[in-house]
Amino acid sequence: MIRRLASALLALGLAACATPPAPPLATVVLLPDAGGRQTAVTVTQGSQTHVLDQPYAAAHLTAEGLRPFQSSAQEVQAQFGAVIAARPLPPARFTLYFVEGKDELTPDSKLLLEEVFAEIARRPVPDVVAIGHTDSVGTDAVNDPLSRSRAEVVRRALIARGVPADRVAAAGRGKREPAVPTADGVAEPRNRRVEIVVR
Amino acid sequence: MVLLSRLLAGALPLALLLAAGSAVAAEGIGQIKTAKGQVSVDRGGRALSVQVGMPLAAADVVRTGADGYAGITMRDDSLLSIGPNSVLALERFDFDPTTHQGRFDSRLERGTLAVVSGRLARQSPEAMTLRTPAAVLGVRGTEFAVAVP
Repeated sequence: MIRRLASALLALGLAACATPPAPPLATVVLLPDAGGRQTAVTVTQGSQTHVLDQPYAAAHLTAEGLRPFQSSAQEVQAQFGAVIAARPLPPARFTLYFVEGKDELTPDSKLLLEEVFAEIARRPVPDVVAIGHTDSVGTDAVNDPLSRSRAEVVRRALIARGVPADRVAAAGRGKREPAVPTADGVAEPRNRRVEIVVR
Repeated sequence: MVLLSRLLAGALPLALLLAAGSAVAAEGIGQIKTAKGQVSVDRGGRALSVQVGMPLAAADVVRTGADGYAGITMRDDSLLSIGPNSVLALERFDFDPTTHQGRFDSRLERGTLAVVSGRLARQSPEAMTLRTPAAVLGVRGTEFAVAVP
């Protein structure tokens, strides 16, 4: 009798264990945007779609479908802290300005060059691209070489400070991509520039 | 090589190509920026060992061992990192640096992944997708994490 009861209880227990919640096949968590922007990720499993659009909104994908839930900073730290820490530094951008018609930096931009060096120094394998531009005074035959020459001035300055030459690329786009659109032939200081990306 | 792939991709108008200087780095679609423990890249049927600074190509598959971590910066400024025992396939990446249009499709077979989306996702909410064996994620932006046990 007691044995029967025991085995009946055991069977009940096994039956309860036989339908645990399906283990997640994947977990997705939306993280807060570093710049505070509104962000979202849509998650589609078969015919089900769910939008994660609040910080720490999350979903488990299971054999039985999508199961949304609210995660937290603590949970994310426990599950993803180490992998988040392995993310590369975000790229940094700088714009240096030049004296009209020349490949000579303005005094302010000479100072800003120091910040570019500092940003490069933070990175174990920096990657720098310098793209030169001109204003719309003059022909392409003048502006293409001038824009290249401006980018090369920046490139050489970085190499002189110890940045490996093969980690710095320089190119010129002439007057084709003005920061401030103008009519042709307009002297615009904001277009005489080199845009630098440090990755 | 870079010139050839750019010509094939048709990403840059000829004028820009001509204006480009001589020293355009071989940056590929992205670069391995951080690496710890065992990390390798499958390319064309070969497993390449990884050094930081290594350029990546479309169709590369990045793998980590039990102690491995890798961080990747893509050309559109997307940042990706994977944790131990992960397999991440960079299936498709097209990016026009002038218009910021293109497409980035990747697939996490297993492991953990953290992402900050870049210019492609900012330009178009349809431009970036991540697949897992169970689901498809549409990345409108910007930061998220995925685990596939």
